[in-house]
Amino acid sequence: MKSAALTLVDSVEDTSVKAEPVAVPSPSLKNDASTGVSPGMSEARQRVETLLRIVLLPAVTFGLVLLGWTIMQQTLVPSFPDVPAVWNKAVEVFSDPFYVYGPNDMGIAWQVMYSLGRVLAGFLLAMAVGIPAGFLIGANKTFERAWLPLISILRPVSPLAWLPIGLLIFRAVDPSAIFVIFITSIWPMILNTAAGVKAIPQDYLNVARVLNFNRYEMVTRIYVPSTLPYMLTGMQLSLSTAWMVIVAAEMLTGGIGIGFYIWDEWNNLSVPSIIVAIVIIGGVGIALEAVMNAVRRRYDYTLQEG
Amino acid sequence: MSDHQALLHVSKLGKTFNTRSGAFEALRDVELSIRKGEFISIIGHSGCGKSTLLNLIAGLDSPTLGGVFLEGDLVLGPGPERAVVFQNHSLLPWLTVYGNVRLAVDKVFSKKKNTAERDEWTREMLALVNMGHAADKRPSEISGGMKQRVGIARALAMEPKVLLLDEPFGALDALTRAQLQDSVMDIHARLGNTVVMITHDVDEAVLLSDRIVMMNNGPAAGIGLIHDVNLLRPRRRLELGENSDYLAARSAVLRFLNEHRIEKAA
Repeated sequence: MKSAALTLVDSVEDTSVKAEPVAVPSPSLKNDASTGVSPGMSEARQRVETLLRIVLLPAVTFGLVLLGWTIMQQTLVPSFPDVPAVWNKAVEVFSDPFYVYGPNDMGIAWQVMYSLGRVLAGFLLAMAVGIPAGFLIGANKTFERAWLPLISILRPVSPLAWLPIGLLIFRAVDPSAIFVIFITSIWPMILNTAAGVKAIPQDYLNVARVLNFNRYEMVTRIYVPSTLPYMLTGMQLSLSTAWMVIVAAEMLTGGIGIGFYIWDEWNNLSVPSIIVAIVIIGGVGIALEAVMNAVRRRYDYTLQEG
Repeated sequence: MSDHQALLHVSKLGKTFNTRSGAFEALRDVELSIRKGEFISIIGHSGCGKSTLLNLIAGLDSPTLGGVFLEGDLVLGPGPERAVVFQNHSLLPWLTVYGNVRLAVDKVFSKKKNTAERDEWTREMLALVNMGHAADKRPSEISGGMKQRVGIARALAMEPKVLLLDEPFGALDALTRAQLQDSVMDIHARLGNTVVMITHDVDEAVLLSDRIVMMNNGPAAGIGLIHDVNLLRPRRRLELGENSDYLAARSAVLRFLNEHRIEKAA
């Protein structure tokens, strides 16, 4: 009975493949019924389906956006560049990403690297200040009471509001942009580290007490490793926000950087360059996220379970 | 005063907690002497203060009255000479099984052993609890019973004068629990440790202990009765079923617990 059904399926599949190769769905649907018998085949099918899902669906979305863009451009806003114009701009930008024609005229790779450099500098400074501060606030009730109200007031403020203060203090644009990134990054680091310290189970502290750990051992053997997943979450939040903020900060400060590049191209009325820059910023954002995910997979013990 | 060969002496111990609804007297006038090599179980209904008593012996909490003396010295805080096996194993999740034991070994033997000796001692302790094969696993990758074995290895690695077990098998299933009880008996026979174990399992108390300390219900709980278990070692659980001493000890504890049933819980 079962084998008869199988041969039927097989024969249907054979004939349909020979007769009309276009009608793939109909035999493949029947194939589902026999998955238990031919797991290799269904596995391959599953792989193809996964591939379709992660490649084809996004491709369709991109296609629709490009189509919508083209229609809009040709009907409503003719001043907007069309897809080929942007493509040509992208080819031009990427063909020589490392040129240097002067202090204010450099290739796109340099622009991105300057921005990344500022983000990294502000981010590292925020780590140096925010993580110890988070430990103090998380571990010490007095510190928490003293500092939390101030942090609560400052945290919702757009980091860009600090730019004039930075310019006033440092009288230079680079340190001011770094200062803005520092302000952006520090709140998630403080708050997540503090939350992590508070979440340390009493059990771990009891183990440390039975072992008579001194203060230094307590910090290095219990506090830091136990809090690390929270710190990494704070760092990931900080980094993705910092990358968003740097674009806006550079638009205001000028100089070299992907943010000012956009502003400059707007003044040149080169909208294709702006669109290329937007895509680049998105790509760099994904890359930063991937780096942080890799770091977390390596160091976050809660992700190593199972 | 009590006998001089006592390794651990609990003297007129009292503990009062300051709670939001006022002072709560958990323990009053607890008096207990434990000889070297003795296995003591402390049993009582939940809330009778047996965990409080263990915390006071461990030094994790400090008494309001009286004191705990180890070899004549007043206990002022926690320390590796009174190693604790916690109820929920308390392994550090970012360290491997080996790392958890090594952490204790590194601290306790920082001056007495060199690196190679510490490594050897760590592996010896893991082998003692039959966990040598899982040395490189993380706590999240092993079962509850295995975690508790590692917890025991970590405590034993400190070479404690008194090993304190805080309901060590409470969270385990019956079969795993029996295996671990056998392991603890085996280790106790081999190393001759002095052990104080908190439990609410009557059979476990009778099987493992030389003496069973039964506690009254709180508030102001104290020791109600102490029963000597005169069973020869090694004890085998299957052979004890009809042993009259075993049954006598078992019914003594059950009778005590029944008489001290908490009314509101019934």
